[in-house]
Amino acid sequence: MLLSIQDLRVAFRMSKVDGVLQRAEAVKGVSFDIAENRTVALVGESGSGKSVTAMSILNLLPDNAERSGKILWHGKDLMHMPMAELQQLRGREIACVFQDPMTSLNPVFSVGDQLVEPLIKHLGLGNRAALERAEQLLVEVGMPEPKRRLAAYPHELSGGQQQRVMISMALACEPKLLIADEPTTALDVTIQRQILELIAELQRKRRMSVLFISHDLGVVGEIANEVLVMRHGVLREQGSVADIFAAPKDAYTQALLACRPSLAHNPARLMVIDDHIAGKSMRGPAVAKDAQAPVVLEVRSLAKSFWLKRGLFGRREFKAVQGVNFRLRRGHTLGVVGESGSGKTTMGLTLLRLHEPTHGEVIFDGQDLLRLSAAERQVMRRRIQIVFQNPYASLNPRFTIGQTLIEPMAIHQIGASTKDREQRARTLLEKVGLDGSAFGKYPHEFSGGQRQRIAIARALTLDPEVLVLDEAVSALDVSVQAQVLNLLRDLQDELGLAYVFISHDLAVVRFISDEVLVMKDGVVVEQAATEQILAAPREEYTQRLLAAIPRGYRAAA
Amino acid sequence: MSAVINAPAAVIAVERSEGVWHASWRRFRSDRVGLVCAVIVIAFLLLIIVAALGGVAGNWQQEVGVANAPPTFLGPRAAEATGTIEVPKGPNVDLSAVDPLAPRYKEWDERAAKFKTEEIVKAETLPMGADRLGRDVLSKAIKGTQISVFVGVMAALVATGIGTLLGAFAGFFGGKVGDFLEWLYNVFEAIPGILLIFAFAAVFGRGISTVVLILGLTGWTGLYRQVRAEFMKHRSREYVRAAEAIGASVWSRIFSHILPNVSHVILVRMSLLVVGFIKAEVILSYLGLGVGVDDVSWGTMLAEAQSELILGYWWQLAAATLFMAVFVTAFSLMADALRDALDPKLRGLE
Repeated sequence: MLLSIQDLRVAFRMSKVDGVLQRAEAVKGVSFDIAENRTVALVGESGSGKSVTAMSILNLLPDNAERSGKILWHGKDLMHMPMAELQQLRGREIACVFQDPMTSLNPVFSVGDQLVEPLIKHLGLGNRAALERAEQLLVEVGMPEPKRRLAAYPHELSGGQQQRVMISMALACEPKLLIADEPTTALDVTIQRQILELIAELQRKRRMSVLFISHDLGVVGEIANEVLVMRHGVLREQGSVADIFAAPKDAYTQALLACRPSLAHNPARLMVIDDHIAGKSMRGPAVAKDAQAPVVLEVRSLAKSFWLKRGLFGRREFKAVQGVNFRLRRGHTLGVVGESGSGKTTMGLTLLRLHEPTHGEVIFDGQDLLRLSAAERQVMRRRIQIVFQNPYASLNPRFTIGQTLIEPMAIHQIGASTKDREQRARTLLEKVGLDGSAFGKYPHEFSGGQRQRIAIARALTLDPEVLVLDEAVSALDVSVQAQVLNLLRDLQDELGLAYVFISHDLAVVRFISDEVLVMKDGVVVEQAATEQILAAPREEYTQRLLAAIPRGYRAAA
Repeated sequence: MSAVINAPAAVIAVERSEGVWHASWRRFRSDRVGLVCAVIVIAFLLLIIVAALGGVAGNWQQEVGVANAPPTFLGPRAAEATGTIEVPKGPNVDLSAVDPLAPRYKEWDERAAKFKTEEIVKAETLPMGADRLGRDVLSKAIKGTQISVFVGVMAALVATGIGTLLGAFAGFFGGKVGDFLEWLYNVFEAIPGILLIFAFAAVFGRGISTVVLILGLTGWTGLYRQVRAEFMKHRSREYVRAAEAIGASVWSRIFSHILPNVSHVILVRMSLLVVGFIKAEVILSYLGLGVGVDDVSWGTMLAEAQSELILGYWWQLAAATLFMAVFVTAFSLMADALRDALDPKLRGLE
């Protein structure tokens, strides 16, 4: 057995309360083995303790962590190994790749410098030999023009290329175990696909083992031999990938598989983990959409350019968005899909004039939003609202939830008195599934999903007709994502809201949208009804995007 | 939608959670050094209030002791041996013949008898000694504390006001406004600090309010820079964007959304400014550019102490130094504890 973890427990010392040291237990007795030449995946939502488990193998935890249990590497206990010996092991036998390649590489050293360092340090190679080896490694991870890239600095590489460099660094000393902590989470779908294939190929070729950590069962299903499912610091289920996907035993695993929106079928409501575990069935059927509903928002040849400085006096136009056209009917949803840098968020912000558009028309209820005076615009603000991606950043930390909800009503003089507004705020909180006790609390007391509900409630205070949802569920865990998506659907059915749903996740877009806009480099590549795009994508780029989506485990056919 | 909104909401008593300031106070309370320092600072502030109302040290200008009376614990100075002049031995000479004023002596004596003269018994020793005019050094030190701390705090308030306002505008608006304010900042920063203070002092003349203005007008630059950076950071945060989306005005975004979120930075910076300005006032007064001649501050005390020290009268220097050192140290440590309490992220893991 390569690595054997027995009854691992990790606790973090927290601040003292009344003189008693508080401990937060992150991992509560986890045991598993990793055999040679295997890929083991550790799956769980945020806070499940999956990263802490992996980082405790090489003791890469912060100083306030306390570990107990056994971590056996080739039968030797790593837990009590002296630091000098452990450092010999780090990078040489066990190597790590982290989530964000942008912050894992040192920006002031060239790629070559950073690759050569472990070769000289661990393998004792000379300068020239190390450089040659570094080039070979870059060839191995499929880097185009490896010789030139050695002299490049991290910022000159794309995200995918940076992650390739990180992987080649990890492989430099031919480790027996590669720990990959969410290595593809920060990357676009198409790049994720490439990196997944690269890791799988390297694993086969080098016959090493991989501990692959991810929150996404779809990704895991494609790469792993064995799967470990964690929740709240406890191992809920472990088994071969086929067993986990075909016949999950644990209720939590079943729920995880069920609540993810899928490309294969489209339910009216998504399963929610707690409901699934409680054995409840899904709520009522979808309300049929009225195809002849009035058009609330019409956009014609919308464009937004940024001016970049060039040289001393020069300016260069960067076209972030160009030539976007669509019509949005009441109660309908327009999905906007694209990879990072495709201009989809800029497009959304331009609709609200949070960015000043360069060109085009946004016709809302017969009026061109872009030609309104400041006073008229203020009135229009009420009717088109936005929910942002990161619920941790979009609420003012110094405002209570009550203040956050009452402020927009006070600005637009909705409701006769503060008391009246307060009542409305409480009703809205109930509508998004929070109780009245939330009213006096501050944002930091809520989880990500709850905060996103509050952000939605804030947008609803003004009775909008159109809601722009900018990656509104992307930062949330799968189970919470399902709850928020269900909430959005319910609100749409009830209030007849029209959504502009911006996301990089095609599966989520499919669940909620009626029409999809695929964007690439600021240009709309394809625009069609959701089912049509999924079933028969016309453009080559859309096809590539669809093919790149991880689909979980598929039995070899 | 309005039909739904009008449904009666469950009436639940508003329970407000622990706010950010409350939590900070809880963290501050657990810091023992900070707490002791806060008590010292508060004690000083009380003393200042009492002094300002005339409760203590109101008569600091009275000559209550003999010149340069030593502190009580040293005991009175030994009487100096003053040899008497030898009595001349010749015959008596009647001067009235040559003294033109002699006939009026009697008249003057009569008029003088109509007024009461009181011989003040000058103390041989005082608790902390006396200065060269016989004024009580302890009273002077207390009065000096009042003026020095007042100048420090007021100047810090002025500088914070200017720095926060300009920093907020530069950081929030950027562009032309930001460029102009950066230019202003650069002009102020380009001139050596002490030179700038001298220039202002020469124009405005002496006096307490002048010192406050001088220090406030020259000391805002560091705070401006930091507030500007904070505003630049917060301006593009999503919660500010969200406020814009609901129609919050520019002023509301600057002052009710962003400002409370950077207030801890400003508060800490301001308490550091207080310490700096107290020291600056001392330097100014020492150089004769500070408070007026009929006022006393730590700086003027130190300036007087210079000439006294040569004669061995060290107590005025000791008193001023002691008061200043205790207050400034306590204030600095309190500011440090305040920063830890307001920004828990800065604290290392315990």
